[in-house]
Amino acid sequence: MKILVAIKQVPSRDGQLKTAADGRWIDESGLTFEINEPDAYALEEALQLREKLGGEVIVLCAGPERATASIREALAKGADRAVHAVEDNLESADGFHLGRLLAKAIAAESPDLVLTGLQSDDFGHGQTGVVVAELLGLPHATIIMQVEAGEGSIRVKRELEDGWFQYLTLPLPAVLTIQSGINKLRYATLMGIKKARAKEIRTTNASELGVSLAAEATIERVYAPSRSKQTVMLEGSPAEQAAQLVEKLQREVRVL
Amino acid sequence: MSVLVVMERTGGRWHRTSWETLAAGQQIAASLGVGASAVVLGGSAAELADKRLAKAITVEHELLNAYSADGYTAALSQVIEREQPSLVLFPHTYQVRDYAPKLATRRGRTLVSDVVQVRVEGGALVMVRQLFQGRLNADYRCAGEGPHFASIQAGAYQGDAVAAGGAELVSFPPTLENSAIRTRAEEPFRESARAVDLSSAEMIVSVGRGIKEQENMPVVEALAQALGAEMAASRPICDNGWLPMERQVGSSGQTVSPKVYFAIGISGAIQHLVGMKGSKTIVAINKDANAPIFDVADYGIVGDLFEVVPALTEAVRKIKG
Repeated sequence: MKILVAIKQVPSRDGQLKTAADGRWIDESGLTFEINEPDAYALEEALQLREKLGGEVIVLCAGPERATASIREALAKGADRAVHAVEDNLESADGFHLGRLLAKAIAAESPDLVLTGLQSDDFGHGQTGVVVAELLGLPHATIIMQVEAGEGSIRVKRELEDGWFQYLTLPLPAVLTIQSGINKLRYATLMGIKKARAKEIRTTNASELGVSLAAEATIERVYAPSRSKQTVMLEGSPAEQAAQLVEKLQREVRVL
Repeated sequence: MSVLVVMERTGGRWHRTSWETLAAGQQIAASLGVGASAVVLGGSAAELADKRLAKAITVEHELLNAYSADGYTAALSQVIEREQPSLVLFPHTYQVRDYAPKLATRRGRTLVSDVVQVRVEGGALVMVRQLFQGRLNADYRCAGEGPHFASIQAGAYQGDAVAAGGAELVSFPPTLENSAIRTRAEEPFRESARAVDLSSAEMIVSVGRGIKEQENMPVVEALAQALGAEMAASRPICDNGWLPMERQVGSSGQTVSPKVYFAIGISGAIQHLVGMKGSKTIVAINKDANAPIFDVADYGIVGDLFEVVPALTEAVRKIKG
């Protein structure tokens, strides 16, 4: 099975986020970056499917030059090759236009199955996989917790709300958005990292793919949200903070 | 110019956020000086007859009795073609996430999803949504005529603010072919009955990514034990198998409202907040003073949980003797 996994590089969760000087995005200096977590689960699912069924895993990533590090990591974990659509300032494109860029790059590979994470940690629009499926004319399923490959079709377990699930069968080719926790992530081995150096990363970009990165909805301002609740902040050493909290829980909340 | 609100109704029950989205739609329509209408698939819009709406549209077809992304997209695309709305609003449910991006794409538009506020500025729509799991907000300005597409976050608008009035009840029969629905869905089911019911817990100690390693779990377990509280966690902890899935709090887990909820090393992504913000008292312990969890917390401690939690456990033990 030929599986394509679309991954995104996002700022690491621990980083301190500051608004950029122009107020329209974040200041990326000093931040470290990693593979968007749900995409890492999508990659793992693709690798496990290949181990069962044979075939090829291709990684696709749209992003600036720095995304190469995340692509190398995906290759080190076991992806066979990669396509990097090199574009700066993708934050100024909207989901529809970004989807067109990815769809063009995917169409050139004609995979049997396209996997991606259900949402990104940065934008959290939760729509890229679905947009791409529509643009490619493929069926899709979202928030997937299990994948069983059949002959020309797949059966997937989809998460609904409040602890409900549902099985769906889709004809191939198809697009799935993968939920975090579907599998156990592997680490890249030393051997994998060595091998990754020799693997192909083909680069392309929006103009080569004939896509404009316009936007119908553009970010005008990025800012810290205002606090709606008066939180009582407890200061001091850990022991002092603990003592104050216990006192509040006794006197004000009346538990303990 | 008009606002079209897509209401979600499954198995004869309204999704609660449908009312919140309807209220949002009415308010935005009033700011734009236009009318609002509502549309319902897979159920009747008759209950909307006494709401302040231009039309309440029931989209009826046997292929819409069960949800499918293909069926819903095709049907709603036809409704939009006929109604020509300038804004289409959805509640940001799991179902909407499954088809709304497809529908917007089919109309050649983008979906601004999980929106917390919509303003009208100089006749243009400005949508506020969260970035980086709620750590920052962004204002999105929508250019051009529309239709624009947006989904509204649960809890962002008040469902009881839906304005009363009168709506013209309209039925719309879409043209749908069986062959156009490519997915085959089985009956929804629940995993084996929940052994743990956190909804009745008096106190909950909940742990998030800040715990870093499975080996560190005893640090918070000791606090839970000292308090006599139930243990719970945000999704990533259960994904890793550090606590069973049935102890997960949030949109994909349980909704809880204990007397006291301790959020330890939990940043407070919206998926978690929706499951616990109804708690009577919320205590947040986090090293990041800007973590969104402090937005809902009654008491906050900024600090290293590996220092604060053992100190707290000790202090609780002292009192309990």
